[in-house]
Amino acid sequence: MNYNWDFFFVIAGYENWWIKGLLVTIAYAVGTVIGGLILGVICGTLLLANRIWLTVPIHMYVELFRCTPVLVQIVWFFFALPILIQVQLPAWLAAGVGLTLYMGCFATEIFRGGIISIDKGQWQAARAIGMTYVQMMRHIILPQAIRRMIPPFVNQSVIQFKNTALLYVVAVPDLMYTGYLVVADTYRPLEVYTGVAVAYFVLLYPLTQWGKRLEARGDK
Amino acid sequence: MTNNSNANAGEIKLELKNLKKSYGDIQAVRGLSLSVKKGQVVAVIGPSGCGKSTMLRCVNILEEPSSGMLRIGNDTIDFSVRSSVPSGSRLAKFRSRFGMVFQQFDLFAHLTAIQNVMIGMTVVQRRTDAEAEERAMSLLERVGLAETRDRLPKELSGGQQQRVAIARALALEPEILLFDEVTSALDPELVGEVLDVMHALASEGATMIVVTHEMAFARDVADWVLFMESGKVVEEGPPQEVLVAPKNDRTKSFLARYHRQ
Repeated sequence: MNYNWDFFFVIAGYENWWIKGLLVTIAYAVGTVIGGLILGVICGTLLLANRIWLTVPIHMYVELFRCTPVLVQIVWFFFALPILIQVQLPAWLAAGVGLTLYMGCFATEIFRGGIISIDKGQWQAARAIGMTYVQMMRHIILPQAIRRMIPPFVNQSVIQFKNTALLYVVAVPDLMYTGYLVVADTYRPLEVYTGVAVAYFVLLYPLTQWGKRLEARGDK
Repeated sequence: MTNNSNANAGEIKLELKNLKKSYGDIQAVRGLSLSVKKGQVVAVIGPSGCGKSTMLRCVNILEEPSSGMLRIGNDTIDFSVRSSVPSGSRLAKFRSRFGMVFQQFDLFAHLTAIQNVMIGMTVVQRRTDAEAEERAMSLLERVGLAETRDRLPKELSGGQQQRVAIARALALEPEILLFDEVTSALDPELVGEVLDVMHALASEGATMIVVTHEMAFARDVADWVLFMESGKVVEEGPPQEVLVAPKNDRTKSFLARYHRQ
């Protein structure tokens, strides 16, 4: 095959697009991971309270978002929800809400799972020396549980980062959608999409390696 | 015998009246009464599943009894009356009047030996780090483990872990010590070092309730022995009576089985 690779052609003149696309992707990844983490800590804590009027709706939320594709969720928030609530959500918000709720349901499970994985003996020993629930959580349970939560949380964040490419379907100008725009302008999909793939790889490879290291450390 | 002189004359420190605990249809403790005097060592023996551990966990309300009465010092709790049962921070404060040692040691896995002993003092009693460290160090010395102060539980032998756990239980100067089969999970050669520490505590006048399978320990150290079966006290009395010359047939057959092993 005699293809004339020309990366210069798809970069020159589009620098600002690419930089903006990269920043949008990173901002969504970081923002929805943090948002999902906060949501997960809140929902996970409420699940531990073991009140049925709290646990049932939270379990419903978790299962609903875990068992539907995030692509469907983003599309639903952008195209379907506005008909229900009679308000058109801007694309950036619909996509952000979808991605955050998706991350949040996994973070909930990671948080709850980390806490309940702590041996019963640790809880009873903390109670026996007269710690209140808050003291026990802060000094005994969370320090041990957080160590166990970090590896699965980093792995889920890597998946979340990749899922931001789905912003493309509602025309949020992330890395992927920028690629689509540049292709439309240059008719050079090979260079553009190869470059986009390389960019994701360069961002995510260190993160996955870090996740692996944390997992190995957790096994000790 | 190492019984202290005030064991029989002392004030009543803890009293249980008709204590019951059930889980759904299963009655684990069916009406247990007991009084423990200051400085007294009470041993509780009986077959596994007889409710002796549940009874112990009811004493510091790790398990909330279903009914009955508990009195410690001047405070009385009637478990049939909700409002007299402490909860939240009052319950936490109530529990800190007891020191408890568990079968599986249950040292805080992320803390070193000395931090395990300190944490109750710094978190529950809000003492300063320096003060807590000094006292923790003297407690570790008392159980013969000063040199292991900076090791994590997983770096200690079972016997060492259990001795650190005893130091942790002593840290808050509890009024009563509760021992829940503390040597059952230990290799036989490590049992002695833990019993030695408990023996020393008893002779120093600590008030103790000891759930145990160590008959020799019960015979030598206890002032009073309860034999439990199916959630009830079948026989009780001084060790010389219950362990050496039991009257009840069930006690006899339990002890006979025990001596054969």
